[in-house]
Amino acid sequence: MSDCLSSVQFEINGEVRTLRVPPMKRLLDVLREDLRLTGTKEGCGEGECGSCSVRMNGELVNSCLVPVLQAEGASLQTVEGLANEGKLHPLQQAFLHCGGAQCGICTPGMLMAATQLLAVNPQPNLAEIREGLAGNLCRCTGFKRIFDSVIAAAAESQTQATEQAAHAR
Amino acid sequence: MSERDQTRIVGASVPRKEGIDKLLGRARYVDDMEREGMWFGATVRSTVPRGRIRAINFDESVDWAAFAIVTAADIPGKNSIQLIFADQPCLADGMVNHCDEAIVLLAHPDKYKVRAAAALVRIEYETLPAVFTIEESERRDGVVWGTDNLLKSFLLEKGDVDAAWTQAAHIVEGEYRTGAQEHLYIENNGVIAEYSEAGGVTVWGSLQCPYYVHKSLLAVFDLPEDKVRVIQTETGGAFGGKEDYPSTLAAHAALLAMKAGHPVKVVYDRMEDLAATTKRHPSRIRHRTALNQDGKLLAMDIEVATDGGAYATLSSTVLSRATLHSPGPYVCPNVRVRSHAWATNTVPYGAFRGFGAPQAIFAIERHMDEIAAQIGIDPVELRRRNFLHDGDTTATEQVMREPVILDSLLDRALAESDYHAKRARFAQENPTSAIQRGMGIAAFYHGSGFTGSGERYLNSLAGLDVTSQGKVRVLVASTEFGQGTNTILTQIAAEAIGLQYDDVTMAPPDTGIVPNSGPTVASRTSMVVGKLIERAGVQLVNLLCENAGLGESFTSEQFFAACERYRAAHGEVVSLCRYEAPPNIFWDDRKYRGEAYPAFAWSVQVAQVAVDTVTYSAEVEEFWSVQEVGRVLNPVLAGGQIEGGIAQGIGYALYEKVLLTNGHMVNNQMTNYIMPTAEDVPPIHVSFEQIPSRHGGYGAKGIGELPHDGPAPAILNAIRDATGVGFHTIPLLPEDLFVQLASREFTEAVAR
Repeated sequence: MSDCLSSVQFEINGEVRTLRVPPMKRLLDVLREDLRLTGTKEGCGEGECGSCSVRMNGELVNSCLVPVLQAEGASLQTVEGLANEGKLHPLQQAFLHCGGAQCGICTPGMLMAATQLLAVNPQPNLAEIREGLAGNLCRCTGFKRIFDSVIAAAAESQTQATEQAAHAR
Repeated sequence: MSERDQTRIVGASVPRKEGIDKLLGRARYVDDMEREGMWFGATVRSTVPRGRIRAINFDESVDWAAFAIVTAADIPGKNSIQLIFADQPCLADGMVNHCDEAIVLLAHPDKYKVRAAAALVRIEYETLPAVFTIEESERRDGVVWGTDNLLKSFLLEKGDVDAAWTQAAHIVEGEYRTGAQEHLYIENNGVIAEYSEAGGVTVWGSLQCPYYVHKSLLAVFDLPEDKVRVIQTETGGAFGGKEDYPSTLAAHAALLAMKAGHPVKVVYDRMEDLAATTKRHPSRIRHRTALNQDGKLLAMDIEVATDGGAYATLSSTVLSRATLHSPGPYVCPNVRVRSHAWATNTVPYGAFRGFGAPQAIFAIERHMDEIAAQIGIDPVELRRRNFLHDGDTTATEQVMREPVILDSLLDRALAESDYHAKRARFAQENPTSAIQRGMGIAAFYHGSGFTGSGERYLNSLAGLDVTSQGKVRVLVASTEFGQGTNTILTQIAAEAIGLQYDDVTMAPPDTGIVPNSGPTVASRTSMVVGKLIERAGVQLVNLLCENAGLGESFTSEQFFAACERYRAAHGEVVSLCRYEAPPNIFWDDRKYRGEAYPAFAWSVQVAQVAVDTVTYSAEVEEFWSVQEVGRVLNPVLAGGQIEGGIAQGIGYALYEKVLLTNGHMVNNQMTNYIMPTAEDVPPIHVSFEQIPSRHGGYGAKGIGELPHDGPAPAILNAIRDATGVGFHTIPLLPEDLFVQLASREFTEAVAR
């Protein structure tokens, strides 16, 4: 790794961070080593498994394929940014309830992919869920309970939205 | 249900014990950990399949003084990773027997520099002839292991097979082959090791069996038991792939830590993990079967051959399980199984979910459909006529003492999948369609726990203690790697004592703290270790009733108050139980006969497959799995085990091909070793029949391996149903389908 450092600034999980890092260092390594956000995992190092998925400017990226300089000025979200003051995000709650996590190593990436999917398509059908998660490999579950989790979280969000609307009236 | 079956917590889908940590991203896997002053390790591996090491050259461009360098000469104890035989060195010394064998270890404070430096250590070899296939090994094209390449053999005999052929109305022969399979756990192998003169060796790692690693380190370092400590970190998938390899990796990291005087982390990247670590044994299984006029089995003559790779590792026990599962769930008066594990110059094959059974069941369950086709009986009916029932004896002359409900599993699987109606419909539609559909079934058992006398030898110890903070802790070396160990064992403990789920926690999986409850393998945790925890719970309550005034019924507060009274009067509150073999269970190792397993789990699976005759791809459209695994301890977790196993089985059948050149895996990337994705796994329908087993924790039997046994034969049987062509080899990729289907089409076209 080059010893030449650059200054990079981005917003991550709602917090602005400025770092001096080698510009070609993988975003994955910056998250894990420089920011100690080890929730994001490395599975393959070549963009196949999706374990390192994070959200960047409203898109899902494999952080093992992103040189950190590309994140300059970006808004990033990792698994550590999902729960709100200790309260599980509806997706996390659904994964816990439905058995969407087994060994847990793909789970942070899977949660980010599911978050991205629901951000773009709040009520996806099964085919859309399959497509939305196709870049994230899970070797434990056979995916079924992950799909169930996403469906449950989407339903929960709809219920919450309906309730909020009712309150607003 | 009996009183014992009426439970509060066992049988409920309580959430996964460590689930919240995993979902918040705060569960700590080995690569998430750091130690003060930690260095990073890398491994220099052989590039030839067999040869003498002539020289080890260190490139002059590197300042090697800054590195810790370890070779075989640095090993203080035995240069051996001992599982069953002591043939595998920790580091190659003079000879290499497979590509990617470890020769030199390096450590440096900078993880990028150490990897670059590993490429600048060059080994000179005098290459020697090598063998790469079962056939080359059994022909002794070269002798590469022992005096005859034979790692292990078994002979299983019942009745008189040779006398049966003359009475046969039908004799059907077939040969079936299975390829290697990679576990593809998403977390690669990794450990961190520390060493000090006073404290000995401490290892943290991604692993299944802390006490296997412990035993291995004792030998490599020549240390007493209390100077070696092994701690399992959160483990990101294993499937058998972290049963034996971590013993090697832990020894490597610990040798580096000793040499460096610093903690050392060694975490493989994906390419190294795929190239250097174990896979499922490839197999070739031949069946010769005699049947009478009514399609009843008269004799089964079976030859099992497996490729064990360059060292013995676990090949003997994998071969044993393959042997014992090879006759399938059928009654037959005359059975002979001759089985052999052969050495080749490839990375040693090892444990993988099913452990020889998926190979054996692929062969017998494909063969049953070939028999059905040859003698003109429906494949469902052929199975039904030959199923084992209560009171029947297996090939090892084990009497089926617990209920066997294969008929009802089959009925349910056929009904749920609408098997007969679909088969009939597809038979009508296929002739005019480019997509040809078919239905296939597989029926099978999986023996729970160690084979034969295995559990007696393991002599497992497990139990419970109570902390002064008011928590019961489960004391086991049984590890969690996704399958649910933490959850089901704490459920069992809470149930047995009469506490709430949240009152019970797991003690750290640390050999310095927990007793040896045996390895986390062989679908033994729910059944064997679960039973120990159930007993320990009852024993703990009795202890407190007799010595601390605990009443017949109690609240959590009353229970923990009694624990404190006991502690004040007698000391630590601990309840340990040792394995007791069930009565009337005997296994004769010499004759290879007797009670092969204390219990069997049973399953019937159905696959619906579509073969595209334009692209030659086969797709599983829907899958049904009905099983009897004893008591289901946690329905959500149990369902997850079955579905995950089926997904791996689909990969085994249709996607996952390990390509070897000179025994080195050349597609050692996720880009070109292909597992099923979210878009490939079909809808899977799972149902359980529950018959509590008297041998298991709250009636549980083994569950984890069972579901992987059936998908490959069910899918290839469905392809036979769809196309009329029986395929005998997995993985079955589109190019393999093309070769046979296209040649058939060509032949038909010429004939027209």
